[in-house]
Amino acid sequence: MRVCVIVPAYNEQGNIASTLQDIRNANKDFVIAVINDGSTDCTAKVASKEGIAKVISLPCNLGIGGAVQTGFKYANENNFDIAIQFDGDGQHIAAEIQKLLEPLLQCEADAVIGSRFLHKNQQGFRSTFMRRIGIKIFEIICRVFIRKRISDCTSGFRAYNKKAIEMLASNYPTDFPEPEAIILLGKNHFRIKEVAVEMRERIHGKSSIGGLKSAYYMIKVILAMSMAKSRAQLKTREENG
Amino acid sequence: MDKIQIYSIIGSSLFLLFIFRLIRRRELKEEYSLLWLFVASIFLILSVFRSGLEWFADLVGIHYAPAALLLILLVGVVAILIHYSKIISKLSEQNKILIQEIALLKLKISEQKNGRENE
Repeated sequence: MRVCVIVPAYNEQGNIASTLQDIRNANKDFVIAVINDGSTDCTAKVASKEGIAKVISLPCNLGIGGAVQTGFKYANENNFDIAIQFDGDGQHIAAEIQKLLEPLLQCEADAVIGSRFLHKNQQGFRSTFMRRIGIKIFEIICRVFIRKRISDCTSGFRAYNKKAIEMLASNYPTDFPEPEAIILLGKNHFRIKEVAVEMRERIHGKSSIGGLKSAYYMIKVILAMSMAKSRAQLKTREENG
Repeated sequence: MDKIQIYSIIGSSLFLLFIFRLIRRRELKEEYSLLWLFVASIFLILSVFRSGLEWFADLVGIHYAPAALLLILLVGVVAILIHYSKIISKLSEQNKILIQEIALLKLKISEQKNGRENE
């Protein structure tokens, strides 16, 4: 079972080294692919220093969606069985990866999402009040659109099997991709499962969303989710002949 | 013939010629110029046949004929802008794919290089 850990990183020179070490300590056999999303700092240098990760440097900044999709393309081209999406900012805990892998290994799901809100009183960092409201709205939209409870739509801590990797390599949303990807997967009958995981608060750097941008974020994501829902189902390879 | 009619015929002819010139010098691709040519032709036709504008205004129920001119202009400009948004979206998608492919190729090349050096 070959596992690729996709780590998108944009100007994360302060966090990336410890993130990579964390993943390495969790499992030596994971292949780590850092997607350096056109960083202007030393992210690429720091990431390739120890030789634990393959560094894929995008010549321009594409944003998280385009970066993660590059990882799916890499995993797809190199025939990985499982791809883990793992943020480079130190929010995710590598020891929790095993929990994400379990449903894939048991063939219970095609996509597994690590959730901070699956159970009440879950441990760890649970984001700010306003963000939790946003996440709640997405949960309701998911319930209406794909009839599933996804308690943490914005989580970027995910695992995908081969079938899902292949689809996402050629169809991944660009801007704020996480909630939209759920609709895309659900709409195309991929089995989605959530597992409860713990997360940390980021240490260095600032989150990409805040202030006025969050209003734009909500509107854009809700529009994108509705459009993803209204689009025709993707044709599978067999159907294309 | 009114003064304004002469001016508008000259104006729209010059505009049409300007677009043709851009295409001939390959500064504007044919597929992106069609909408411009279409809008410019409509203006030329309306300047030559002035009754055409009144006929159109009457058809859509506009009492003040010059307002119909503004409507036509606005529809034309909006159509061209939407056309541009479409092109930009397509370009940014292609751009994204190119950036991703370049990054993947760069990794492949550097891995091959390292492999050869280790041999």
